Amino acid sequence: MNLSPYMTIFNGETVKLEKVPLLDFDEFKETLIMLTEKNGRISSMFGIPAEYNMTRIFAIVAKDRQGNLCLFSTEVGERYQSLTPECMQAHWFEREIAEQCGIVPEGHPWLKPIRYHKSYSEDRDAWNRKSKDEILPCVTDFYKVEGDEIHEVAVGPVHAGIIEPGHFRFQCHGETVFNLEISLGYQHRGIERRLIGAPDIKTVHYMETAAGDTSVGHATAYCEALESLAKCNVSLRAQAIRGILMELERLANHTGDLGALAGDVAFLPTSSFCGRIRGDFLNITGLICGNRFGRNIIRPGGVAFDIGEDLKSEILKRLDAAFKDTENAVSLLWDNPSVQSRFEECGILSKELATRLGVVGPAARACGIEQDVRFDLPSGIYRFSQIPVSTYHTGDVFSRALVRMMEIRNSVRYIREQLENLPEGKIKEPCGEAEHDSLTVTLAEGWRGEICHTAITDSKGHFEHYKIVDPSFHNWFALANVMKNEQIYNFPLCNKSFNLSYCGHDL
Amino acid sequence: MNDFGTFLFRAHAGFLAALILAPLIPGVINRTKAVFAGRQGPPLLQLYYDLFKLLRKGTVYSRTTSWVFRAAPVVTLSACIGVLMLIPCTGASPALISFQGDIILFAYFFGIARFFTVSAALDTGSSFEGMGASREVLYAALAEPAFLLSLSALACLNSKISLSGIFIASTEHPFANIAVIALVAVTLVIVLLTENCRVPADDPNTHLELTMIHEVMVLDYSGPDFAYILYASALKLWAFASIVVAVALPLRTGSFITDSLIFIFGILAGAVVVGIIESTMARFRLDKIPKLLIAAAALSATALLLTLTRG
Repeated sequence: MNLSPYMTIFNGETVKLEKVPLLDFDEFKETLIMLTEKNGRISSMFGIPAEYNMTRIFAIVAKDRQGNLCLFSTEVGERYQSLTPECMQAHWFEREIAEQCGIVPEGHPWLKPIRYHKSYSEDRDAWNRKSKDEILPCVTDFYKVEGDEIHEVAVGPVHAGIIEPGHFRFQCHGETVFNLEISLGYQHRGIERRLIGAPDIKTVHYMETAAGDTSVGHATAYCEALESLAKCNVSLRAQAIRGILMELERLANHTGDLGALAGDVAFLPTSSFCGRIRGDFLNITGLICGNRFGRNIIRPGGVAFDIGEDLKSEILKRLDAAFKDTENAVSLLWDNPSVQSRFEECGILSKELATRLGVVGPAARACGIEQDVRFDLPSGIYRFSQIPVSTYHTGDVFSRALVRMMEIRNSVRYIREQLENLPEGKIKEPCGEAEHDSLTVTLAEGWRGEICHTAITDSKGHFEHYKIVDPSFHNWFALANVMKNEQIYNFPLCNKSFNLSYCGHDL
Repeated sequence: MNDFGTFLFRAHAGFLAALILAPLIPGVINRTKAVFAGRQGPPLLQLYYDLFKLLRKGTVYSRTTSWVFRAAPVVTLSACIGVLMLIPCTGASPALISFQGDIILFAYFFGIARFFTVSAALDTGSSFEGMGASREVLYAALAEPAFLLSLSALACLNSKISLSGIFIASTEHPFANIAVIALVAVTLVIVLLTENCRVPADDPNTHLELTMIHEVMVLDYSGPDFAYILYASALKLWAFASIVVAVALPLRTGSFITDSLIFIFGILAGAVVVGIIESTMARFRLDKIPKLLIAAAALSATALLLTLTRG
C-alpha cells in the first residue's frame, strides 16, 4: 500500500482525476515543503475552481534524481495560509493562482498580480478590484528604496532593441542596483483560457506560438500530453524527427544567444558571425518543414514531414559547416581576455539560491545543478538515446555562455547520431479521442529549460483545464535576484545570459 | 601671392578640409569594423547622408526642457569648430588662430562643450540621461589630467606652448625623444578613445541605454540638433586624431599639398587603427575605465618627467 501522501507518476503518464490525492491543506503544505527541501522542484502549481466555491490547487513536484513526478492536491477557500514564506519556489505560482482564481494567500511577502488581467471567477478578486474596472499592465506600486542618494531607473515596456515588452524598475545607489523589480503582463493573450474545451484544430497553433522561439518545445509537450491521453503510440521515427527538431531549435537559439552576449560587450566578430550562423541552423529546420521556426511539423500522433535520404545528407552537410563556423566564432570569445573580464563574475547566481528559487534550464546548469529533463525525466526519443547533462559551477555570465556552448556540441552530436540511425516506420499514427476525467503531465527540455504541460480532461475528453509552464516562469525572479548589488550597466548582459521569454511567461 | 596671402589661404584651406572631411572618420571606422566582422558595412559616406537627412527634418522638444537643452548642440558644435581653429588642421596648414598657451583653450573648449551636453542631459530629467551625465563627468575628470599632462610633455619637449608651435617643432625635430613621444602617443590614443566614446570605454553602436555613456545624453535630440551633435563629435575625433598624427607621423616633404595629403592619410589610418581596436576587444567594465585613465595619466606624467630631466 502506498503510504506517501502524494502520487508518483512518470513524465507523460495519464492518471484518472479521481486518483489524484486530495490532501487537507496542512498536509499539502507539509508535503510540499518536505519535497522541495529534499531537492524537489515545483514544476507546476495551479488552481482550478471546485465545488462549494472552493479552489482545488494541484502541485506537481519533479524529483530529478528519482526521475519521477509527485502529484498531489488540496482544496482551499477564499483565503489560505501562504506557502511562499517557507517555500520560495511557490512565490510566482501563488501570485498566479491569486490572480487567476481570486483567492488570497495570507502572509505572502509580495502579493501582486503577475499578468494584470481580470480574475477568472466573476465574483472574486484577490485585490478587490471591481470587475468593470480596466486593469492596465504594471500600473501598481513598486518596491521602493528611499534616501537622498537613491535614484530610480525605469526601463521599458518599450525597449530600444527589437525585443518584447516588459517593465524593469531599478532602485540604484550610484551605479549599484539595490533592487530590481520585473513587471510583465504586456504579452498576455489568454492562451490557457482559450484551450478550455480543446483539443481542436487550432490548439496546436496556440502551442506553437505560446513562446514563438520555442515552437518545437511547446508543440512537443502538447502532443505528448495528447498522445498520452489518447493512448496513441508514436513511431520511433517520428520521435527521432521530433528530437532532431528540438535540438535544432536549441542550436539556433544558443548560437544566437552567444552572439548577442558578444554584442552586449561590443565584441563584434562573434556577434555578427553568430547572428549569421543562427540563420544557418534555422534554415536547416526550414529545410525539413518549410518553416524556419519549426512550425507545422509537430502534430499529435507524430510529425507532418519526413526526412528522406537526400534531405538527410543535405542536413548533415549543412550541420557540419554551421557547427564548424560556430566553434570558430565562439572560440574568439573564450580567447579574448577583454571579453572574459566582462563575463566572469558578472551576475552570479549561487547554487543555493538557484535551488531555492527552482531555476531551470541552462541557467540552473550554469550554477552546477545537474538537471535536465532530457536526462532525468526523458520522454520521446530521449528515453532511447541519452544526451549528457552539461554543467559548470561558477553561476556567472561566463558559465551560462559556456553551458550553452557545451550544449551546442552535444546537440550537434545528437542530431548526427539520430540522422545516421533514423528508424524505419510511419511518421504519423492517428491520434484518437482523449481519455475522459484524466490528468496528464508532460515535461520537455526546451532550449530555455523545462517546459511543463498539464492537461485535465472533463467527462467528454475535452480539456477542462490546460496549464502551460514556460521555463521563463521559473527564471524571471532569478534574474531579478542576480541584479542585487550588481552594477546597473551589467543588466543587459545578465538579462541576455538568461534570455527569458516575455510571451512564454505572460501566455 | 604674398606671404600673408599664402598663410591665409593655407590656413583656410586646411580648416575647410577638416570641416569637410571629418565625417569620413566614423565612416572609415565603421567600414574597418565591418571587415573584421565579415560584413559589408555601411557606405563610407554614411555620416554625410545622415547629416543631410537630419538637417532636413524637424525637431521635437520635450516640454520639461529649458533653453539649456536647445543651446547645448549649438554650443557643442561651436566649441568643436573653435578647437579646429586652434590647430593646424592638415598638419602643413597653419592654424587660423594661434597664441602662447592656446593648448589650455584647446582643452577647455571641450570642457565647455561637455558642460553644456551634461547640463542639457540633466535638463531632460530622464534617469537614463542623468546616469550618462554622471558617468561622463567622472571619466572627463580623469581624462582631463591625462590629456593636459601629455600636452604639457609635448610643450616641454618642443619648448613651445602653442599648438602650432608644437606641430611645427615636432616636424622639424621628428622623434626628438622617442620615449616621450611613445608615452604621449599612447596616452593620447587612450584619451581619444574615451573622449570620443569608442570601445573599450564606450560602445557607439549599442542600443542599451543602461550601458551608454555619451549616447545616452543625446537620446532626446532629433533633427538638426542631433545633426550638430553628430557633426561636432566627428570634428572632435579629427582634432584628437590630428594631435596624435602630428607627433606620431612627423613626415614632411615641404610641399603643402603633399604634406596635407600625408597628414589626412595619417588621420584616416588612425581611424583604421581605432576600428581595429574596436573589433578586437570588448568593452571594459565601467569600473575599470577610471583605472585605464589613471594609467594614462601616469604615462603622461612619466613623459613630462622625462622631458624635464632631459637637461
